[in-house]
Amino acid sequence: MVQEGGTAEGLSLPRFALSTRTAGRWGDQLFRLLVRASALALLLIVLGMVVVMVRAAFPSIKAFGWRFLFTSTWDPVAQHFGALPLIYGTIVSSLLALLIAVPLGIGAAIYLSEVAPPWIRPPLSFLMELLAAIPSVVYGLWGIFVLAPWLRTQVQPALGSALGFLPLFQGPPYGVGMLAAGLILAIMVVPFIIAVSREVLLAVPDSQREAALALGATRWETTRLAVLRYARSGLIGAILLGLGRALGETMAVTMVIGNRAEISASLFAPGYTMASMIANEFAEATSDLYLSALIEVGLLLFVVTVIVNALARLLVWSVGGAVKEVRE
Amino acid sequence: MKEVQGLYKRLGVIVAVLLLAVGYTGGSVSAQMLMNGAGATFPYPIYSKWFDEYTKVDPSVRFNYQSIGSGGGIRQITERTVDFGASDGPMTDEQLKSAPGELFHIPTVMGAVVATYNLPGDPKLRFTPDLLADIFLGKITKWNDPRIKDVNPGVSLPDQPILVVHRSDGSGTTYIWVDYLSKVSKEWEQKVGRGTSVNWPVGLGGKGNEGVSGQVKSTPGAIGYVELAYAIKNNLPAPMVRNQAGKFVQPSIQTTTAAAAGAAKNMPSDFRVSLTNPPGEDAYPIASFTWLLVYKNQADQAKGQALVKFLWWATREGQKYTSDLLYAPLPPQVVSRVEAKLKQITYEGKPLLAAR
Repeated sequence: MVQEGGTAEGLSLPRFALSTRTAGRWGDQLFRLLVRASALALLLIVLGMVVVMVRAAFPSIKAFGWRFLFTSTWDPVAQHFGALPLIYGTIVSSLLALLIAVPLGIGAAIYLSEVAPPWIRPPLSFLMELLAAIPSVVYGLWGIFVLAPWLRTQVQPALGSALGFLPLFQGPPYGVGMLAAGLILAIMVVPFIIAVSREVLLAVPDSQREAALALGATRWETTRLAVLRYARSGLIGAILLGLGRALGETMAVTMVIGNRAEISASLFAPGYTMASMIANEFAEATSDLYLSALIEVGLLLFVVTVIVNALARLLVWSVGGAVKEVRE
Repeated sequence: MKEVQGLYKRLGVIVAVLLLAVGYTGGSVSAQMLMNGAGATFPYPIYSKWFDEYTKVDPSVRFNYQSIGSGGGIRQITERTVDFGASDGPMTDEQLKSAPGELFHIPTVMGAVVATYNLPGDPKLRFTPDLLADIFLGKITKWNDPRIKDVNPGVSLPDQPILVVHRSDGSGTTYIWVDYLSKVSKEWEQKVGRGTSVNWPVGLGGKGNEGVSGQVKSTPGAIGYVELAYAIKNNLPAPMVRNQAGKFVQPSIQTTTAAAAGAAKNMPSDFRVSLTNPPGEDAYPIASFTWLLVYKNQADQAKGQALVKFLWWATREGQKYTSDLLYAPLPPQVVSRVEAKLKQITYEGKPLLAAR
C-alpha cells in the first residue's frame, strides 16, 4: 500500500523518464497481480501434487504403515512392498556421485575462474557445460555399452584385488551396479556444479584477491583463504543443485544400476533407486495396491528431497553466519 | 488507461484466435471418426501398421493409439476413457468384475519369448523346462553343471558362473516368461509366481529388450530373455526349448503359431488363455496372444460398428502384415472362433455384425 502513492509521487524524475502517460499506476497493479499469481500458482501446484500423492498413496499407507519404510521385500505378485532398499539406493548413489563430482567440479571451476589464461576460459566452460545438454538416455546407453564393460574388465578386478579386504569392493564384477550408477551420476552432475561454482567464484570481489596477494600470499593461499572462504555458501548451493539432480535422475541410473531391490555393502552389487522403480513398474502396475505403493514411493522421494534441501538450507545458513562473523 | 485498454484488446484478440483454432481442429475431427485406444507396447508396431493400412479400407475412421503399457490399457478401458484397450496379459476375474460392462478379449497376433545367452565360442545350446526354471531360481549356478551337460552332449561348457539378466521394467514379455516357468516348475510358482514384474530370486535387471540384451552381450556367462522379434532382428542366439510333447523346438514365427493351434482345442470361449507350454509336436512352448479389449455392449452405434469392422479386418486381411513385422499370425482355428465372438458384440442388444 505504501509503494502505491509514495514512490510514484515522490520520485518524479524516473517516472517522467520512463513513462509520460498516466497508465503507470494501472500497469503497476496489473504487474503486481500477475507476478503474485505466478508465485501463488507454483505454490498451489506443489500443494496439489502433495494432496494427490497422499490421497493416491493412502491404500498403501494404510496397508503397510511404517513397515513400508523399514522392510526390504518388493514382491508385486504377493503384494508385499517395502521401500528400504530403494531409499538406500537413492541416497547412496547420490552421495557417491557427489563424492566424485564435488572435488572434480569445484576444481574445474577454480581453474576456470582463477588459474586458466583468459582466452581459454569461454571455450572451455562452454565445452564443460555442453555435458549438461546430453539427454540422460544417451548417458544410459553409454553406461551400458562403454562404462559398464570397462568397469567389469578393468576397474572392478583392480579395485577388488587392491582393496578387496574392504566390504565396499567385494563380490563378482558385473559392471553394472551401484558403482556404475554413482559414476554416471557424477558425470551428469558435474557440469551443474562447475557452472554455478564458476559464477560464484567470479562474483568474489577482486579486492579480496588483491588484499591477499598484497599480504604476500601465494596463488594457492589466495584461492583458499580469500576466494573459497568468501564463496563458501555459494559453493554449497552449487553442490546442492547437483545433489538435487542426482536424487531425481531416473533414466540413466535405471539403465546401469542393475535394478535389484537389495541392500548390499558392496559398491559392485546391483541396487535400485526410488525414481527407477517408479519409471520401471508404473506402466504395467495393474492392481490398485501395487499402483498405490508406487505412488507412495513417489511421495517418499518428494519427502527425501525436501529433507535434503532443508538440511542444506540449514548448512548454508550456519556457514553464511560464520562468514559474516569473520567479516565483522 | 489507453495502454491497458490496448493490452486487454490484444489479449481479447489472442483468446479469440485460440478459441477459433480449437474450434477448427474440433470440427475437423468430428468429420472423421476418431477411435481412441491405449495399452500394450509389445504389439504397437503391428497396430500402427494396421491403423495406417485400414484408412485405405475405411477412410472415415482414424485411430489414436497410445502405447502406455498393458496396465494402463486395462485401467483406461475399465474407466471407459478409451474405445478399446490392449493388453499382453489376460485380465483377472477381479479386474473383469470391476469393469462397468462385460469385456471381450479379442486375440490379434502372437509373440514368443526366447532365452539369449553369451558364452565364449557361441555354442548352440538346448534347454529343458526344468533347466530354465532352476537357472532362473538360482539353483544352477555354473555353466558346466552336469545337468546342462546332460542336455547338451558334446558341447564344451566353461567353468563360469551364470549371471541371470531379467527385465527391470514391468512387461508383458516378463509375464510370458514367468508364466511359462510357473507352469513347468512348482517351486517357481510357489516362490515367485506370475506377474508383469516379480521378485526375482537372482540376477540383474535391464531396462527393455535392449537393456537385457545389452547386458547379456557385454557379460560372458550371462543369460536373459527377450522377445522373439527382437532376437531375430538383432541376430541373437535363440536356443531350442523342449516342449510338452518332448521335442526340442526352435523358436520361430511358425512354431509360435503352432503353439496357438495346439492350444486351440481346449481354448476357453473368452480367449483368456495362456499359451505357454501347450500340447502339439511343433509348438514352441513360450508363446502368447496379445489382446484387444472391447465392451460387449457398445455405447455408440457408429463407433461400435466401425470398431467391429476393424477387428474383423485385422484378424483376417490384417494378418498378412504380421510376418514383415515378425509377429506370428493367428492360426485359422482361432480366427474362426474370433469371428463367432465378434458377432456377439452388440449395440442396444442388436449385433453389430449381423449383416455378414
